Amino acid sequence: MDNEKPIVDFSAIRDALGKDYEPVQVMDGQAKVIKPEIVSKYSNDQLVEFLKLMIWERTLHQRSNALTRQGRLGFYAPTEGQEASEMASNAAMKRTDVMLPAYRDIPQLIQHGLPVYKAFLWSRGHVLGNEYPEDLHAMPPQIIIGAQYVQAAGVALGIKKNGTPDKVAYTYTGDGGTSQGDFYEGMNFAGAFQAPAVFFVQNNGYAISVPRRKQTAARTLAQKAVAAGIPSVQVDGMDFLAVYEVAKAAREFAAAGNGPVMIETLTYRFGPHTNAGDDPKRYRTKEEEEPWFDNDPLIRYRKYLTDQGAWSEEQENEYVEQVKADIKAAVKQADDAPKQKMTEFLGNVFEEQPQNIQQQITEFQAKESK
Amino acid sequence: MSKKTYIQAITDALRLELGSDDKTLLFGEDVGKNGGVFRATDGLQAEFGEDRVFDTPLAESGIGGLSIGLALEGFRPIPEIQFLGFIFETLDSIAGQMSRERFRTGGTRHMPITIRSPYGGGTHTPEMHADSLEGYLAQIPGLRVVTPSNPYDAKGLLISSIRNNDPVFFLENLKLYRSMKADIPDEAYTVPLDKAKVVREGTDISLIAYSAQVNQSLKVAEKLEKEGISVEVVDLRTLSPLDEETILKSVQKTGRAVAIQEAQRQAGIAANVAALIAEKGALYLSAPVGRVYAPDTVYPFGLAEDDWLPAEDEIEAKTREILNY
Repeated sequence: MDNEKPIVDFSAIRDALGKDYEPVQVMDGQAKVIKPEIVSKYSNDQLVEFLKLMIWERTLHQRSNALTRQGRLGFYAPTEGQEASEMASNAAMKRTDVMLPAYRDIPQLIQHGLPVYKAFLWSRGHVLGNEYPEDLHAMPPQIIIGAQYVQAAGVALGIKKNGTPDKVAYTYTGDGGTSQGDFYEGMNFAGAFQAPAVFFVQNNGYAISVPRRKQTAARTLAQKAVAAGIPSVQVDGMDFLAVYEVAKAAREFAAAGNGPVMIETLTYRFGPHTNAGDDPKRYRTKEEEEPWFDNDPLIRYRKYLTDQGAWSEEQENEYVEQVKADIKAAVKQADDAPKQKMTEFLGNVFEEQPQNIQQQITEFQAKESK
Repeated sequence: MSKKTYIQAITDALRLELGSDDKTLLFGEDVGKNGGVFRATDGLQAEFGEDRVFDTPLAESGIGGLSIGLALEGFRPIPEIQFLGFIFETLDSIAGQMSRERFRTGGTRHMPITIRSPYGGGTHTPEMHADSLEGYLAQIPGLRVVTPSNPYDAKGLLISSIRNNDPVFFLENLKLYRSMKADIPDEAYTVPLDKAKVVREGTDISLIAYSAQVNQSLKVAEKLEKEGISVEVVDLRTLSPLDEETILKSVQKTGRAVAIQEAQRQAGIAANVAALIAEKGALYLSAPVGRVYAPDTVYPFGLAEDDWLPAEDEIEAKTREILNY
């Protein structure tokens, strides 16, 4: 009896889990075109615009990094390495879609319509940075890992109930975020309600210091959507066109009323978690980092377009200077923001002021008028 | 006017608001076809359809996040958390998210969400179904915590809460659901938020209570009246922020106060009331502020709950102690 085969072969089931996920790729790290039928859909001018988005994000990162070191910015989560994943996913969405970002998604938020100086004010901890105009369809950056996922399900259900055509909610988290309960609850709610949401997981390898392999026994993060009944895909997160095409298809699928989609982008956080003292040397090796650095998302489209004669070093330098000038102007604008007042804080706790708030407004009015 | 129980008054308020504002949405676990585990939402899905009144998957954090997203899309969500003991699963959505949104966005976005949840002891529920957790909620800036003690207020306060543009945590007392009946108007009416009510006038001592403890306090007041003692009873109704004026005015009149809560003593609403009186009304007092509360233990198992919950005789004893101080 002991040698009899068990009724279920759990080893075989486990070994098959997630095996069917193969990262989508359009152009490899050496600028070799894998899917010419995709690349040929785009003119060189369009591809230049895509490359410029990544150069813009890289420049924003470099300036933000420097400004943080000078003490001119506050909280900053470096984005270097994630330019294709961030810019392509966001470019595939419409500006009428609702974005629910986390704190590393500031570049997408800016491209979605947040003025750069407001992003800087948010970094410094100034509430003006979170005062969005009506037509900026986004929540402020989420700090609590995963909370944006459950809210995205709500926004998506609201879009469905309002009957708004061609509109989705889209949200981002990282590999660590997929371990949170809210990650699953958000996808499950959106799935149960068949609501138009696009869930992005930017798998950048690390949740601060904890590597992806320690987060879960799952072979892929994409397969986590399967339990919620949601279609999902893995994509080379260093490949702009691959992310863009996949995100665009996901958006169309969700906006057409087919329910939510989840996308795992395979990318890498080149720098530390934040600029507040994290040192990646404590938890990862040069040997691990180098192949990723060689896989820099800017390299392949820059090389491709340079080979095509559609992009040059001079053009890039000129563009970078222009971006730097814009950033400089934004810093100046952020510097000009008025000092925050306690009375204004108190006035924004409730719409109708209860007694405790009224009393404290009176107290602070006296102090502020001195 | 019709005679309605506390829970019928709640259903009434929900029906009226679902009927008058098509942006209101009612959702939670078992609130649809089943009408809620206590039938507070009975018949509402049949009347307003599955689009407006619907069951959610079983996940409280999801319910909280869903409410926030729906509010952002212009709806007025009325989620139910099936029992107050389940809020720990969704505290981030309440304390970390919706109550901060107006502040966080400099007043450019708001969250008109009313979370309903039953609570309170004395009905022999399983663990985590009866705890009085209002003290936790009361410390959250940007969130109102409201709890009625009778059918009239249940309807009027719930309508006010739903119409308010900020998040309200609306606590419904389990024991009062079917034990109280009163004549209440059939049409919609409001009872103001942020306002306590003197439910019985008196001159010798103020009993400051809320929810089921108001009714126990009223019984004590009636009993002491026969001895010629004039007891004033204040029903807080909104637990956070407190109506300081009404509390202080009452204490100024009587010079003596007892603050009463069903929750454990540590860091509760009664402590806030006592601190307020100490800070702003100490000179009105002829005696220390008394407090009635449950012991600082975890809520005990069913058979012991009647021994644990503050009873009428404890309120009476504390009232006499402060009167004779």
